[in-house]
Amino acid sequence: MGEFENEIQNTMNTLDPRIKRLSLEPSAVVEKTNSHLITYEVFHQEKRGKHVTHVGVVHASNPEMALVMAKEVFGRRGKTTNLWVVKTSDVYTFGSDDEDMFETTPEKTFRDPAYYKVRDRIEKFQQRQKPL
Amino acid sequence: MSNAIRDLLFKMADDALIIGHRNSEWTGIGPMLEEDLAFSSMAQDKIGHAQALYKILNEVLGEADADTLAFKREEKQFKCCQFVEQPIGEYDFSIVRQFLFDHAELIRYDMLTQSSFQPLAKLAKKVKGEIKYHVMHADTFVKQLGNGTEESKARLQSSLNYAWYLSLGIFEKSEFENELISENIFAGEDELKKRWQEKIIPILEAANLKVPATDESKIVYGGRKGFHSEFLKPLLDEMCEVVRTDIDAEW
Repeated sequence: MGEFENEIQNTMNTLDPRIKRLSLEPSAVVEKTNSHLITYEVFHQEKRGKHVTHVGVVHASNPEMALVMAKEVFGRRGKTTNLWVVKTSDVYTFGSDDEDMFETTPEKTFRDPAYYKVRDRIEKFQQRQKPL
Repeated sequence: MSNAIRDLLFKMADDALIIGHRNSEWTGIGPMLEEDLAFSSMAQDKIGHAQALYKILNEVLGEADADTLAFKREEKQFKCCQFVEQPIGEYDFSIVRQFLFDHAELIRYDMLTQSSFQPLAKLAKKVKGEIKYHVMHADTFVKQLGNGTEESKARLQSSLNYAWYLSLGIFEKSEFENELISENIFAGEDELKKRWQEKIIPILEAANLKVPATDESKIVYGGRKGFHSEFLKPLLDEMCEVVRTDIDAEW
């Protein structure tokens, strides 16, 4: 991590405070005009009752502005019932180094409903219920 | 009665077409990507409203088709208010204009949902939600900028001062005003203006803006009768440029 950071000497101020980006023009002066804007994660809901799906990010200065932006950026095509916005900094996540915690999960097929072959037993049961 | 409806539809449609064209001038140069998209998208909505209104003029009142009405009329024939003709200026003016214009639009369409003229009542119900968003967009920016830095406050206030008398021109009455009211087609510009002021003043105050005093003699009228500012003609020339290269071409 530290090594990687050292590689990028020339970073610029971006709208997303989490990320350092390489500046392609070393001498360019980066204006801080938008430095007060933060990012919001946008979640889209197609139909009432359906779960919301993460669709992307907008820049905004407050949650209201984030919704105003999200509406046209992510809701201007197709069907939309509602949108959620969540401050990016309010999202908690595992570190990418800890992905190994999930590594063996796909092997645990006994946790899948399809793992259990019960069709023949159900059929036997149904046979027994039939009046003679 | 049909002349009264015709006049109402033309002024609404022309307002929508011209503000739509004006606001589309921000496409590609908006202050940030998200806002560029949002403002462009709302400008498209306005063109859509104009098209729907021209369609009623065409199908119900026997006027020419929407393209002809939009692109093949003379400046004098346009009934838009001079407010919508003004150049986009800087973003503070465009936001203030959206705020003042769209609050009036939302109330106007809301009133028209009760219209005895069914095609218009039906359209009003359909597009009310779109305009609600346009108003929400404007309110959010006005509140944000009004409570922002010294510069944002000063810019917003000076744009409001500049826009004020132009915006009051929205409510210019026509000779058909009494007829529209008595036939329950539209409850009238005075009623609209009253409701508009009740709506916008608290928002402006919440945004720390000073509502300009109103001297009736300074209100910019004329647009509804075909008298326009110096800005409409160049706009029409640009908007109609392609159509005029081959006036009879099929699109």
